[in-house]
Amino acid sequence: MSLQELLLLRHEWALIASVLILLVLELNFSEEKKSNSISSASILFAIVTLLGFLPAETGSTFGGMYVTDPLRILMKNILNISVLVVFLQSGAWLRTKNNYNRITEFYLLMISSVIGVNFMISAGHFLMFYLGLELLTIPIAAAASYDQYKSKSAEAGIKLILTSAFSSAILLFGLSLLYGSTGSMYFSEMEFSTNSLQILGFVFFFSGLGFKISIVPFHLWTADVYEGSPTNVTSYLSVVSKGAAVFVLVLLLVNLFDPLRQVWQQVIYGTAIFTMTIGNLFAIRQQNLKRYLAFSSIAQAGFILLGVIGGSALGMASVIYFVLVYVFSNLAAFGVVIAIEQSAGKINMKDYNGLYKTNPRLSLAMMLALFSLAGIPPLAGFFGKFFLFTAVAESGYFVLLLIAVLNAVISLYYYLLVVKAMFINKSEFPVPYFQSDYPTRIALSGCVIGILIIGFYSPVFEYIKQLCLASL
Amino acid sequence: MEFQYTIWIVALPLLAFLINGLGSGKLPGKISGWIATIAIGISTFLSYQTAFQYFSSPSRDKIIAFKTTWLRFNDTLHIDLGVLLDPISVMMLVVITTISLMVFLYSQGYMKNEKGYDRYFAFLSLFSFSMLGLVVATNLFQMYMFWELVGVSSYLLIGFYYDKSSAVAASKKAFIVTRFADLGFLIGILMVSFYTGTFDFEILTNPDNLSFSTTASFLGLSTITWALLLIFMGGAGKSAMFPLHIWLPDAMEGPTPVSALIHAATMVVAGVFLVARLFPLYHAFAPTALEVVAFVGAFTTLFAALIACTQYDIKRVLAFSTMSQIGYMMLALGVSGYGGEEGLGYTASLFHLFTHAFFKALLFLGAGAIIHAVHSNDIREMGGLRKYQPITHLLFLIACLAIAGIPPFSGFFSKDEILAATFATHPIYFGIAVAVAGLTAFYMFRLYFIVFWGKEKTYDHTPHEAPTIMLLPMIVLAVGSVLTGFIPFGHFISSDGQSLDLHINWSVAITSVAIAFAGIVVAWKFYKTESDSSDKVARSFGSVYTSALNKFYIDEIYILITKGIVFRLIAQPLAWFDRNIIDAFMNLLAAITNWISSQIKEFQSGQVQKYAFIFISGVLIIVLSFIYATQ
Repeated sequence: MSLQELLLLRHEWALIASVLILLVLELNFSEEKKSNSISSASILFAIVTLLGFLPAETGSTFGGMYVTDPLRILMKNILNISVLVVFLQSGAWLRTKNNYNRITEFYLLMISSVIGVNFMISAGHFLMFYLGLELLTIPIAAAASYDQYKSKSAEAGIKLILTSAFSSAILLFGLSLLYGSTGSMYFSEMEFSTNSLQILGFVFFFSGLGFKISIVPFHLWTADVYEGSPTNVTSYLSVVSKGAAVFVLVLLLVNLFDPLRQVWQQVIYGTAIFTMTIGNLFAIRQQNLKRYLAFSSIAQAGFILLGVIGGSALGMASVIYFVLVYVFSNLAAFGVVIAIEQSAGKINMKDYNGLYKTNPRLSLAMMLALFSLAGIPPLAGFFGKFFLFTAVAESGYFVLLLIAVLNAVISLYYYLLVVKAMFINKSEFPVPYFQSDYPTRIALSGCVIGILIIGFYSPVFEYIKQLCLASL
Repeated sequence: MEFQYTIWIVALPLLAFLINGLGSGKLPGKISGWIATIAIGISTFLSYQTAFQYFSSPSRDKIIAFKTTWLRFNDTLHIDLGVLLDPISVMMLVVITTISLMVFLYSQGYMKNEKGYDRYFAFLSLFSFSMLGLVVATNLFQMYMFWELVGVSSYLLIGFYYDKSSAVAASKKAFIVTRFADLGFLIGILMVSFYTGTFDFEILTNPDNLSFSTTASFLGLSTITWALLLIFMGGAGKSAMFPLHIWLPDAMEGPTPVSALIHAATMVVAGVFLVARLFPLYHAFAPTALEVVAFVGAFTTLFAALIACTQYDIKRVLAFSTMSQIGYMMLALGVSGYGGEEGLGYTASLFHLFTHAFFKALLFLGAGAIIHAVHSNDIREMGGLRKYQPITHLLFLIACLAIAGIPPFSGFFSKDEILAATFATHPIYFGIAVAVAGLTAFYMFRLYFIVFWGKEKTYDHTPHEAPTIMLLPMIVLAVGSVLTGFIPFGHFISSDGQSLDLHINWSVAITSVAIAFAGIVVAWKFYKTESDSSDKVARSFGSVYTSALNKFYIDEIYILITKGIVFRLIAQPLAWFDRNIIDAFMNLLAAITNWISSQIKEFQSGQVQKYAFIFISGVLIIVLSFIYATQ
């Protein structure tokens, strides 16, 4: 193996190196200065993220187990940015007394999980994919139970590890069926011919991956885990873990499972309808904002499936674009929730009554994030949905499109509920004015700028579309 | 491209608007007025430079001085923003910048003590920007955008005294009526672009490039005729042609300099400009539409002149006079042919537009100076002002002579060409036009004699002459009113771009001057000294007089149609349908959604074993559905 081939794994090397550096640094921080790892981890990860933008090459290594191309690099970069935002938003929470001794743990777990994400996206072989998936999940299960003094947090960790073990079993079963019927686990060697064994294998595989994306009916863990986990971990789960699974799903369906197109289009058609509708119907009733955002993210997953169904370059591009927009919108929403939770310890919708009076800038950021999630022009979320719907219309699924549009209307209702609470409802005891720390503010402003700009800056979509066309 | 600097003619007022608008209330002292004035002053200089450069070359081709594609639909259909120079747009640039500059200067005196000084100049600059953008538009869509901007700035300026309820009502009325007309304009634009695949004037005004089916499509008229009629509807709304004129008299609620700029010299002639811009299209494909233009013009000119004779508000008299004069221009366009002597109407119309801008702006500014002095709009409260305001008196007299068509003032020349154009084609329209010439002289001198002669009234304080900064622009405009008639206009502007020699048709000229003198003499008899003879005559006209005094009840008819018919018979049932059917259906949907949502919450039980059960059931259902489907 030449150095050239090793350099293909640049993203992974950088992440592994940062884990090691963090470990070493941690040892050198004195007992009073443990919080130094917050800034060092953030800076390290910022460097990793920047490194990811260096020009990259297309190629494969480890005998085809690992593949990389510009599209995959783009996906990794999008997710790296999201993780950086999560890190920036975590500082205040990690500095609290209960977490003080374990700050570095949080970063180590998170970065390990990101390493899993990267390998999963770059997998050229189902085993590599599976390893990546597990590496993604297990550290997160630990991170979910990070709040050791809260029983809800422990419950979240246990539920996540149990249900993901269950879904992994099903996924592995599906993989073994696929291996049995094609005789290989290399993506490049597997040949499909729609026999029933392969269909069975595919459905099992899809369920396992659908678990990560929170597709109905594999979504039930989402609300409980999102609610119980520390909000920063929730934000990671809803953005990075879900985004990674969506990226892999798109890559595999369009390229590897292309011969099974008939099958997966039907599966997705059905699950998309259920995912959107159930996510929305549940979101309407939520009072706890973390559960609320959990169901909102389920509904968003349903919209994402819309783009997948066409299986065209346009569909693929619309999905990636949508995830990019979703990342910014969702992280902004979570950013506000985290900031308020840290300063006032409040997490329910009615606590947001009258927020605009006391914290106007925060309320505006939240409003923009929710409007973007709802798809209100001229914010980026509108363009994201617009391209998704275009892709669906292009494939001719007009009934599905109609249902999607109806669901967009329902979602508007509950997104507006929070906006109404902040701007219209009155409260005797609103959350008092506070100022969050610099990293949080930087992260929030970054997200808001993203929400405002991405939609208007058309080269973004054009660039993604080109990469997708090239990858087909 | 030697004309690239023309973009600055348009851009500078926008810059002034941005500075004054953003800095409103923060700018020190009265600097906003000077910012706006200097910006428009440079624009004026550049416009003169453009006109000199453009007209000194013999070619009258259309020049695209600047162009950028804004929205691209396909290769032929795209929306551009740019600057188009041709004889009429260059002429309009000169008119707009000149009148604007004068009004801006005048306003500095007139508005000195008003609050909202910065806002006033911001809006005024916005208006100039929009109007300039409109006339240099390279395509119909750009024109439409600026057309609407003009509408907005007019709305803002009419409602400038927003704490006065009549001003607010007037601004709304102006906006709604013109907006309604613009609906027709927009539909017309879409129809034209649908059939031609382009918005560009360069292509649209060259009929050789286009072909339309002229067969009747709807109600006996061809599609293109309908499209051009709808476009004319937009023009009629802005130019206050009957029956869309009702907003103009009320628009006089705005500050007087605004009336001079917008509602006399520039915006209201946008409709004339629009028809002139598309004239080749009208002439080649829709002669019927041109007949409509002529008819509407002739009707409005007579109708407004009759009303003007009866009004007592000095600005309303001028407003109706404006309508009447624009009616003249429309009439001339409507009877015009294309090319050579036949195109006389076209040249005459734009000539009158040009001269009218000067003397009508002067009349309004003069009225402003009078109102400034006596603090009233009602001419019954004025009289004998020539002693107090000698300069204003002289300038106002010049303007009155010009509009009455007395040689050698400018109005004489342009009106003579209009009369000659109608004389050659339509004897009935000629009769109307001559009658209106007499009426014009009568009502203008009625105003003049009442205000400057008549019996002196008791004033709260002695009326004073206007300050220099107000008099100066008026003097400039008076010089324009005297001299612009001598411009060999046909050399610059004609329907086909060939030079046209204008000569005075003596039989027409003598008739019109004689009848104008008759009008002046009658006004002199009635109004030089206050007497009741005019009232007696008025009473002898009986119902005609009262209906003219009440503007022929057109406003009441509008109210009847909108409130009585549209609101009661259409809007109210629709509102009921909206509330009880549409909204109720939506509420039902919401209720159902909510109900389902409460029914399914059991699934989310919090128990992991149930989750796993549902998970595996889902997998099995999918698998089973495939097994079932493949059988």
